[in-house]
Amino acid sequence: MSLNINNLTFKPTNEYHLNDITLNFKPGKMYTILGRTLSGKTTFLKTIAGLLTPDSGSINFEGNDFLSIPVWNRNIAMVYQQFINYPHLNVQENIEFPLKQRKMDPLLIQKEVSQAIKQVGLIGFESRKIQELSGGQQQRVALARSLAKKAKILLLDEPLVNLDYKLREGLREEFKKLFSGEEASQSILIYASTDPLEAMQLNGDIIVIDEGRILQSGSAKEVFENPSSAKVAEITNDPAMNINKGSIENGNLILNQDIKFPLPAHLKHMPSGKYLVGIRATDLHLDEQGFNFDVDISEISGSETFLHLHNDEVKCVATIEEVRTYEVNDRVKINFDLSKIYLFKESGELEHSPYKN
Amino acid sequence: MAKIILDNIAHTYNPDASDPLFALKKMSLSWDDGGRYALLGPSGCGKTTMLNIMSGLVTPSHGKVLFGDRDVTRVITEERNIAQVFQFPVIYGTMTVYENLAFPLKCRQFPEDQIDKKVKEVSEILNLQDFLNNRAKGLTADQKQLISLGRGLVREDVAAILMDEPLTVIDPDLKFRLRRKLKEINAKYKTTLIYVTHDQNEAMTFADNIIVMDQGEVVQAGSPKELFEKPQTTFVGYFIGSPAMNLYECLASSSNEVSIGSLKLKVQANINNSQSKNLKLGIRSEFITVENSFGDNTIQADVNEVEDFGNYKLITASCDDMKIKAKVKREQDVPSEKVILKFPSEHCCIYENNKLI
Repeated sequence: MSLNINNLTFKPTNEYHLNDITLNFKPGKMYTILGRTLSGKTTFLKTIAGLLTPDSGSINFEGNDFLSIPVWNRNIAMVYQQFINYPHLNVQENIEFPLKQRKMDPLLIQKEVSQAIKQVGLIGFESRKIQELSGGQQQRVALARSLAKKAKILLLDEPLVNLDYKLREGLREEFKKLFSGEEASQSILIYASTDPLEAMQLNGDIIVIDEGRILQSGSAKEVFENPSSAKVAEITNDPAMNINKGSIENGNLILNQDIKFPLPAHLKHMPSGKYLVGIRATDLHLDEQGFNFDVDISEISGSETFLHLHNDEVKCVATIEEVRTYEVNDRVKINFDLSKIYLFKESGELEHSPYKN
Repeated sequence: MAKIILDNIAHTYNPDASDPLFALKKMSLSWDDGGRYALLGPSGCGKTTMLNIMSGLVTPSHGKVLFGDRDVTRVITEERNIAQVFQFPVIYGTMTVYENLAFPLKCRQFPEDQIDKKVKEVSEILNLQDFLNNRAKGLTADQKQLISLGRGLVREDVAAILMDEPLTVIDPDLKFRLRRKLKEINAKYKTTLIYVTHDQNEAMTFADNIIVMDQGEVVQAGSPKELFEKPQTTFVGYFIGSPAMNLYECLASSSNEVSIGSLKLKVQANINNSQSKNLKLGIRSEFITVENSFGDNTIQADVNEVEDFGNYKLITASCDDMKIKAKVKREQDVPSEKVILKFPSEHCCIYENNKLI
């Protein structure tokens, strides 16, 4: 079973919503489409589902031209950000609805529905009305309906984004278990998200999308360790990877007149010239021998403090692994873990990654 | 501007019932002038009821609301000098940005020159100065939300700005910008800001003081650090932090030692009554460390899963019935089968009947 997308383009106005997308999907793992809001994630999923018709390109599923098959015959299930259920039906009726439409054998319907209810942890809720459920439970119903359909392709469009923080945390863990089991081997699973941590946790392939274009696709580990461009490095990290203009001159790595380092051994082979210098917030440390930075804002997240800093035009965020209070314009000394430096060409392409050589 | 005091407030929506259900159980709270607060809790915990009592949309069934010395319990919203920002921007789409910001002052019949001065000042703070003549409906979601906020700021008599999940519609990368703006405003105008959210990250990064609510009660009020390191109840331990605090039922074996099954752990709490029932030990996943050899407060556990989140790894391990989550650095080597974990005694919190000893 495979879903092959070739040169898919959708340009309803003078901006590309999807720009020449070519991707192949197979069962067996979760694909996470990771991108910011309005990057084209939902448009992409809707095009696969048949809710939007692309301007050009092709979608093939198991060798058939998908674009000539109407929505209702595509055998696709989709879970949306909003919890979409039939408000006048109870939980059981909501889940069995698409199966009844298909005029399936009632005994088989019962079997599929009770299995789906079990999978999403809604046993005991079968006769509840939708309004009597919490947001998390409503989203479970929508998910159960999708699972019961036994669709060959399951599309999940930021299904957790409208849930309470704690519910999101719990349900994400359940999703991961659910989709690493039998489901994954029988269906193609595509999950859209804006959250890098979510994409990492789902631990399948990450497909990075920006302005309708696929910037990189690969295993979660590969995309995290070797982002193909500075843009990818920003999108796939939270806080975004710090990217600043810099250069290599006379054996030094220079960010500005203040921040300069003699090139460490592992970077000695890099040619002189201009670069974009990337470093993650977790690889900047408070250090008395470090460089002066002024605090723009400090944010505490329980166990950590995020310091938003600048030294002239060099801007960065540093994660300090303890709770400290800083005021705006306090001066701190920060050092860079040079073993974790990324170098990108001025145009953005990756030139050096700490994980590759 | 003044201190806001909730004096023995309680609220029930059905005061005539024989055994009324209280949306807000009896409590007293005060909000210092110029403070930056977050009201945090899951859906249905009573936070919106509390907000509505402060703004005057709800009159509490019990107790008094004081602004400084003035009793405003029965004063209507319009006369309370409270500004509100809601989840979704509430703006006049057909008016320009300037007209939107001037509106609250026009309604109060301020002289034109004074209005002009104030609108220009506030628009600069909010970076809206270049859009003053644009129609508000053409702006981005975060700009619209800034206008809602700006309408509160133009009035110098505002006692507090109440914000109900104001960043819901804002893109993740813009959220930071808006949070910084809010902090700047708080520093400049010393306006009390009260921010309602279910999202612990937003509460932690925004506020100096967080009030955690659960089931109509204030369960803890304190700094982000206090909430993280010394949660006063097991609910706070669960609700704050991601993942939730590890919690285990335990028995007291002495005043500073507890046992979980056959495991004995030293703690720094002083357990007065070693007979006490319903004791729990809580420890943050951030404080559990991976060790190479056995020592004080170590435990051997089976590794169930190691998840790579990029900036850190999350170990899920088990030992008999204990499920343990430990957050460690990405570079940390984790054995694939058995791991030795340390529960540092200074980070072990002991709860009796779910309250911290």
